[in-house]
Amino acid sequence: MGKFIVKRLLGLIPTMLIIVTLSFFMIRLAPGGPFSSEKKVTPEVQANLEHKYHMDEPLYKQYLRYMSDVLLHADLGPSYKNKDYTVNQLIGNSMPNSLLLGVVALAIACLFGISVGLFSALRQNSFADYAGMSLANIGLAIPLFVVGPVAVLVFAMKLKWLPTSGWITGRAGLKTLIMPAMTLGLPYFSSIARLTRASVVETLRSDYIRTARAKGLKDSTIMLKHVLKGALLPVVSYLGPAFAGIVTGSVVIEQIFLVPGIGNFFVKSALNRDYTLILGTVIVYSLILVLMNLVVDILYGFLDPRISYTSSAD
Amino acid sequence: MKKLLLVAAAVLSLAVIGCSKGGASSGSELILNNGAEPQSLDPSKIQGVPEDRIYKALFEGLVDYDPKTCHAVPGVAESWERNEDGSVITFHLRKNAKWSDGTPITAQTFVDSWLYYMAPSTAAEYAYMPAGVIKGAADYNAGKADASTVGIKALDDYTFEVTLVGPVPYAVDMMAHYSFSALPLHAINKFGADWTKPEHFVGNGPFVLETWVPQEKITVVPNKTYWNKANVFLSRITFLPIENDTTAYNKYKNGEIDWLTAVPLEMLDEIKLDPNYHAAPFLSSYYYEFNVNDKTLKDVRVRQALALAIDRNELVEKVTKGGQLPTGAYVPEMAGYTPADGFTFDPAQAQKLLAEAGYPNGKGFPKMTVIYNTNEGHKKIAEWVQQQWKKNLNIDIDLQNMEWASFLDKRQANDFQIARAGWVGDYQDPSNFLDLLRKDSGNNDGRYNNPAFDALLDKAAGMPDGADRNQVLHDAETLAIRQDAAFIPFYIYVTQNMIDTNKWEGWYTNTLDLHPYVGLKLKK
Repeated sequence: MGKFIVKRLLGLIPTMLIIVTLSFFMIRLAPGGPFSSEKKVTPEVQANLEHKYHMDEPLYKQYLRYMSDVLLHADLGPSYKNKDYTVNQLIGNSMPNSLLLGVVALAIACLFGISVGLFSALRQNSFADYAGMSLANIGLAIPLFVVGPVAVLVFAMKLKWLPTSGWITGRAGLKTLIMPAMTLGLPYFSSIARLTRASVVETLRSDYIRTARAKGLKDSTIMLKHVLKGALLPVVSYLGPAFAGIVTGSVVIEQIFLVPGIGNFFVKSALNRDYTLILGTVIVYSLILVLMNLVVDILYGFLDPRISYTSSAD
Repeated sequence: MKKLLLVAAAVLSLAVIGCSKGGASSGSELILNNGAEPQSLDPSKIQGVPEDRIYKALFEGLVDYDPKTCHAVPGVAESWERNEDGSVITFHLRKNAKWSDGTPITAQTFVDSWLYYMAPSTAAEYAYMPAGVIKGAADYNAGKADASTVGIKALDDYTFEVTLVGPVPYAVDMMAHYSFSALPLHAINKFGADWTKPEHFVGNGPFVLETWVPQEKITVVPNKTYWNKANVFLSRITFLPIENDTTAYNKYKNGEIDWLTAVPLEMLDEIKLDPNYHAAPFLSSYYYEFNVNDKTLKDVRVRQALALAIDRNELVEKVTKGGQLPTGAYVPEMAGYTPADGFTFDPAQAQKLLAEAGYPNGKGFPKMTVIYNTNEGHKKIAEWVQQQWKKNLNIDIDLQNMEWASFLDKRQANDFQIARAGWVGDYQDPSNFLDLLRKDSGNNDGRYNNPAFDALLDKAAGMPDGADRNQVLHDAETLAIRQDAAFIPFYIYVTQNMIDTNKWEGWYTNTLDLHPYVGLKLKK
C-alpha cells in the first residue's frame, strides 16, 4: 500500500508540470493582456508596465523565471490586477472559505443523499421512494442560478431568517454559511441519493448479503456493516472529483451569496488576463483533483476487500 | 435513517433560531456597494471608479470636489491664485496638514509625490492627466527629460508653485483627481508593496484604513489627524465589493446596504418608482465609433446617413428606459459650453445621402458588422440599431458581441467597422472629450484625422476660459461630429444611485458622480 501511494505521488510531478506549462503558454495566446483598458495608456507607460512585470523578456525566459519561482520559492507571483496582493496571499485568503463551504456542502449532501438513497432503496417502489427520487431529480434539473436566488427570496427576504448574502468568518458565520452550503450541495445530494439507491438495491441482491441474512444477523447490522460498505463504492468514486469541484467553488454560488472564495478568481482572472492568478488557480485545482483521486483509490482499497494494491501496481 | 434525518433537522433549526436579521448600519455607519474588489489602495496604481470611491475616504490632494458642482474647494491647500496669463498657479498649504502617523505635509511632499507619480518607473496609468497640463511633465513621464525640468516647485514649506503648459482654465478642478494626490512616500519606501495593508497604512484623508478582507469588505474609520475632522460625522464606512447588481439590490432592499451605487437593469421599472432612486446626468457619452478607413465608411455621406437614421428619443424611452438623455451631439452640456447642433432623426435626409453615396434604398450596401462588448444593455441597443437601419435605410447589418479584453484589443487595433464605445469625463471641460479625436490620441480607435480639427483644439488650448474659448471648442465639435460624422452619438448616461436622502444629509447628485464623505451624516 505504501509503495502504491508513493508511486502515485511521484506520478503527480510530470502531470502538474505538463498542466502548468500548457496553461502558461495557452493563456498568453488570448487577445488582450493584463493592461488592456478603455482609456489607453501612452506607449511609454505601456512599455514601463511591461518592464515592471518582465513582460518585455522573451517568452521562454518568462517561463523559466516563473517555474523557478514556483518550484524553488513556492512563490506564485504578484497579481496583475489586485496589485496590493500576491497570488499566494489571494489564494491563501480565499481557499479556507471555499474549503469550509465545500466541506460543509458535501457533508450535507452526503448525509442527506445517503440517507435518502438508502431509505428509497429499502422501500423500493413505495411513495417514499418516488418522493425521494423526485426530489433528487429536481435537485439535478434546476440550475444553481435559479435555486440560489429563490432561496434568497424565500429565506432572506420573505421569512427574514437569514441574511441575503455576505460572509462572516468564525462562529457567527453559521448564518451566512447555511444557504450557500445547502444550495451548493443540492446537485451533489441528488447524485449521491441516486447513486446510493441504485447501488444499495444491487448490493441487497448479492450473495454475501444473502449469506449474512442466512446467518441470522440483525437487519441493522447487515445494513450498516455489510450493505453500506459495498454499496458506497460508486459513491466514493463519485466523491473524488466532486470534492475538487465543490471546493474550488461554484462561481455562481459565490457571486449570489458573496462568498469570498477561490471560485470567483477562476472566471475573473481569465477575463482580466491576470496571468499569475490564472496559473495559481489552475495549479490549486489540478493539485486537489489529482490528490482527491488518489484518496478515493485508497479508500476503495479499504472498502472493497476484492481490491488489493500490494501486488499488481497501477 | 429516520434518526439521521431528525438530527439534521435539529441542527438546521438550531441555526435558524440562533440568528438575527442581516445587520443594517447602526449609528452613523455607512455601508455601500463598491462594485468590485479594488485593484489597489495605492493612489499611484489605481484607475477605476471603485478605487476612486475608496481613495476619497483615505487621501486628499491640494483640493477636493464640491459635492454639488464638482468644482475645486480647498483641501490641503487653503487658497491659491494665478499669475497674469493664468499659466502659473501658486498654492498656499494649510499649516496643520498631517499624515495619519503625524508626519507633516509640506509643499515638498507634493513635489515628491507628483514626481513619483509621473516617473516612468511608476508606470501610472493616469499619468497623462498631470503630464498633459504641467510644463515639462510629458517629457519626464516619457523618460526623455529628468525631474528638474518639470514645472513644480516648493517655494517654501507651505507654498507650492505649478507652471502649466498654457492658461488651462480647468487645471485646479483637475487637481482633486487621484493623479494629483499627495503620497506617503515615507511609508511606501519603508514597507514596499505592503504599505496599503491595515497595519502599515498611512493616509491624509478624512478616514484611515481599518480592515481589508479581500473579496469581502473594506472598512475605514475617522482619521484623528485630518484637518477638517470637525465635519466628519460618520463613525465607519464599509465598502462591499459586490459585482452582481441584483445581489447588491437585494441587500439594499433588505436594509443591509445604505447606498447603492449601481442598479440592475431588469429591475429598472420597479426602481424608477422608488423615491430613493436618484438619476442625474453623468458627464459622459454613449456612442458608436466609425472606422473611417473602412472602404464603405470612408464616404462621409454614408456615415452621416447612418447617424441620421435613428430615433434617439425612442431609444431612451423604449430600450434603455433609465432616464438617459438622448443627444445628437457628443460633448455633454457643461457650464458655459453649448454642445454642437448634432444629428436629429431625419430618415428622409438619411435616405437621400445614402442614395447619393451610391446605395439607393440600401441596394448594394455591403453587410457591416457592429461589435460591442458582452452586456445585456449593449445587446439591446445594438439590436434596436439593427432594426432602425433596416427600417429607415433598408440595410442589413451583423452584430458581434465579444468578451471585454478581446473587444478592446480589436477596437484599439482599428480592426473593426463600427464599434460601440463610451467615454466618461475625467474633468469638466469639453477638451477632455474632444482630445479623443486628435490624430495622435491613443484613444482614437477609429483613426479620425482632420488637421483643421486638431488646429482648433490647439488654438483652444492656448486661450483663457471664456466665451471665445467655448466657441472654438463648439466649432471643433461641430466639425468632427456633425460634419465629419466621426461618431454616432446616442445618449448621455445617467448616474444611478439609491440612497434615502430623508435619512442621509449631505449627499447630492452631481455630474461626475463623485460623493465626498465629509459633511455626510445621518439626520437626527
